[in-house]
Amino acid sequence: MRLDLSHIQRWIAPGSRVLDLGCGDGVFLEFLRDQRQVRGTGLEIDQKYITAAIARGLNVIEQNMDEGLSNFPDQSFDTVVLALALQAVRYPERVLDEMLRIGREGIVTFPNFGHWRCRLMLGLQGHMPVSSFMPYTWYNTPNIHFCTVKDFEDLCVAKDIRIVSREVVGETRDKPLLSNTWPNLFASTAIYRITR
Amino acid sequence: MSAQQSVGIVTPQVARFDEPLALTCGRQLDTYELVYETYGELNASRSNAVLICHALSGNHHAAGYHSADDKKPGWWNECIGPGKPIDTNRFFVVCLNNLGGCHGSTGPSSINPATGRPWGPDFPPLRTRDWVHSQARLADYLGIGCWAAVIGGSLGGMQAMRWSLEFPDRIRHCIVIAAALKLSAQNLAFNEVARQAIESDPDYFGGNYQSSNTVPARGLALARMIGHITYLSDDAMANKFGRDLRSGSLSRGEDSNAEFQVQSYLRYQGSQFSGHFDANTYILMTRALDYFDLALEYDNDPVAAFRHAQCSFLVISFSTDWRFSPERSREIVDALIAAERPVTYAEIDAKEGHDAFLMPIPRYLDVFRAYMRRVGDET
Repeated sequence: MRLDLSHIQRWIAPGSRVLDLGCGDGVFLEFLRDQRQVRGTGLEIDQKYITAAIARGLNVIEQNMDEGLSNFPDQSFDTVVLALALQAVRYPERVLDEMLRIGREGIVTFPNFGHWRCRLMLGLQGHMPVSSFMPYTWYNTPNIHFCTVKDFEDLCVAKDIRIVSREVVGETRDKPLLSNTWPNLFASTAIYRITR
Repeated sequence: MSAQQSVGIVTPQVARFDEPLALTCGRQLDTYELVYETYGELNASRSNAVLICHALSGNHHAAGYHSADDKKPGWWNECIGPGKPIDTNRFFVVCLNNLGGCHGSTGPSSINPATGRPWGPDFPPLRTRDWVHSQARLADYLGIGCWAAVIGGSLGGMQAMRWSLEFPDRIRHCIVIAAALKLSAQNLAFNEVARQAIESDPDYFGGNYQSSNTVPARGLALARMIGHITYLSDDAMANKFGRDLRSGSLSRGEDSNAEFQVQSYLRYQGSQFSGHFDANTYILMTRALDYFDLALEYDNDPVAAFRHAQCSFLVISFSTDWRFSPERSREIVDALIAAERPVTYAEIDAKEGHDAFLMPIPRYLDVFRAYMRRVGDET
């Protein structure tokens, strides 16, 4: 399982209702269903992923979250997950609001643009960062709203969003100490559990 | 279509019912017959039965052939058969001709036992609900307590939804393709024009054309032509016919009329249809379509309506379907989401318009097959 997902699954209560925004091929919802008896719904726009998620026996809805989530009633899910998709949505701020309207809790994971490698590429080489983790170049990337750990936490303060927990994933060779102590510099992926 | 993908030669069967069926209109049918076909085998636990509900002009012949020299297979042969989305290696598939139909089930062209003459326009008006109740009688007759899935496109999808509310404990999955919670004013208008076309045919005789030994063929053909236009998209018609001429010319100096390909196509479709379909049935079916309003008896609240359902839903729409557009399907999906029912939704890019639900569109078949595999795994 992808590293950010293996972190967040611990925050999901057995038997709860989970909405996964950008559920991909449904591997995470399948895990939650089989291991946690979670009643899950996935949202996805990629046709191949939709078929794959259906084949896993999941409930998946073809819907573009950039066009809104108003069809989901208030507080109709226990947890709303947005895993590695915040940077790709058109209105991240609105999506966060919607997540916390629809769910009791939200879980957000995103690539940290403040990571030292990003800073190195931009600061010293003068190029937009491209890495195995963020493999796109600026003109073809689906990622249109990069932020850093600090940026995200500032936004949460501004929007009265309470951070329940934060986890960070560093590079595999990193000691977790580095990314835990200086997350804005050493976290490659940031993972937040938020509520209002 | 290769032979191993077909259910082969099938023989329609007839079920006769002698217990009166109370109808929504307040009248009842004392006795009636339903003609149906089945494909595949019912398993020992009777848990793999699937009901196919047909659309406006459909019938019980959904798959396979009636004889070795039959040229055309059943109307949903693309989706029903061995290895197809509705896999007859896994499912026992039942498709019937609805009550009021003209392909063998009791309908306006049947003899009214009370008079000894054809029912004609006196046949009781039917609602989707009545079809669902008669289908439940057929399920009893076949020994099927609970359908693994009830599946339908267009008006068939409306029957599937009605099943989920009328018999929530007799349906595990409800598959609704290119349908709507109710008809729009534009849809009602098209149906009214179709009925007017039939009723204004001098051979209609107020619906008593059988007694007069006539058939309102021109009116019925016209009704079908109007319907047919609404089943196709602008693009589909452009691709198929464009402005191609079948005869004549648009050159200067040409004083006879030119005929476009699309004209002759529509006329052919119309005359084919009027040769084998009953006008009173067409009127009855369009009215049932008009009257369908899923939430009417649930305070006009589709969310409250769907709270009565216990099954899982698959909803599919097609991008160029303007008869029952993706917006109509999303209304179904949103009501299901709000009612907290399990729902899967796919919007298929297709240029074929409403008719796409009958076509072998790869992504449509993939989604359908993936979902049906899940249905099959639960049997």
